[in-house]
Amino acid sequence: MYETIYHRPTSLADAAALFAKAGDATYLAGGHTLIPVMKQRLAAPSDVIDLGRIKDLIGIEVTGDALIIKAATTYYDITQSAEAKRAIPAIVHLTTVLGDPAVRYRGTIGGSLANNDPAADYPAAVLALDATITTNTREIKAADFFQGLMSTALQPGEIITAVSFPIPAKAAYSKMRHPASRFALTAVFVAKTKSGEVRVAATGASSSGVMRVPAIEQALTANWSASALDGITVSSDGLMEDIHGSAAYRANLIKVMAQRAVADAG
Amino acid sequence: MSTIKMTVNGKSVSAEVEDRTLLVNLLRDTLNLTGTHVGCDTSQCGACIVHIDGKAVKSCTVLVGQANGANITTIEGIARGDELHPMQAAFRDNHGLQCGYCTPGMIMSAIDIVNRHHGDLDEQTVRHELEGNICRCTGYHNIVKSVLDAAGRMKVAQAAE
Repeated sequence: MYETIYHRPTSLADAAALFAKAGDATYLAGGHTLIPVMKQRLAAPSDVIDLGRIKDLIGIEVTGDALIIKAATTYYDITQSAEAKRAIPAIVHLTTVLGDPAVRYRGTIGGSLANNDPAADYPAAVLALDATITTNTREIKAADFFQGLMSTALQPGEIITAVSFPIPAKAAYSKMRHPASRFALTAVFVAKTKSGEVRVAATGASSSGVMRVPAIEQALTANWSASALDGITVSSDGLMEDIHGSAAYRANLIKVMAQRAVADAG
Repeated sequence: MSTIKMTVNGKSVSAEVEDRTLLVNLLRDTLNLTGTHVGCDTSQCGACIVHIDGKAVKSCTVLVGQANGANITTIEGIARGDELHPMQAAFRDNHGLQCGYCTPGMIMSAIDIVNRHHGDLDEQTVRHELEGNICRCTGYHNIVKSVLDAAGRMKVAQAAE
């Protein structure tokens, strides 16, 4: 790892000010992506600004029709949240199949979203539930936030402060985990909003990151059941192909994971 | 350079180290606590697990600044004098290790698992919970047996206190 200067601000304003002052700063949340990347010398920020101790960024609440998870809330705290379990159990389930226990103590929802790994879990929930991402300067809709592989609408220095998930009528997440990395080989989040709209998002599949699956959304809009997807073929165009699976394999996994998720959602 | 102050195994320590120092390097190289191992160095294998404020965390993926002011427990800090921690004793009695490289991380993880589940564990849960710790010798069988055995012992020990 190259030399760097570590900062631990206690307020959002201090964090943003440190970023503006530094030459080439980066924000640190749980650090379980950033630190490995720095160790490999693929990133060499002049300054690392730790967001993990900013109290305003930690917490979970239900307001009206939304579950709001503040950005520096750890995966572990999400798995322990009775409010999250009551509001959107699928998000708690997603969190329990993410990483391993030691990783879940450190990782944060905001860190995962800002990184936008193409096989990360939370982007699927955010896109399927049409969540709103709040930053220190504005609100960003899910559809505008994800902009391809490891790329988001965040501007330099902008900090995610919270994610607001509208509470759906039904939702579930089904994941084929890579047994070593525990990332999604392909995973699907299905949701039916309270107004009846069906939204389906797949992660781990597309080479440009999280994606919606219109063919599955249409079939489930007509008939919300696993068997409604029996005759569906998901196109393998643009899907990832690597040593773990071909694009066609991932296309089929999207369908199978969607079927399992619908069955789980009831 | 920064001054890092923390409590390690009950003792206050202070060290002047570069900001890029990882917690595991502070423990091993500065404090000479070499019981905590570095295996994969990519936060997958769990050999470097220590407790930060009671939570089992991979210390190869924590900058010292993040742990500044924290209460750290390593494998060296869990026995009471000559008396092994129940988890250590269970690993010894159940032959829960072969080469021993993963063992410090396994034990620190396992104590956290028992604490989180209040000792109510079954084999499937232990196997699932240990997914962040890799062992290349044992096939995990005796590790799982050790954790289940220790869960019982820790319950008894807690009840006695």
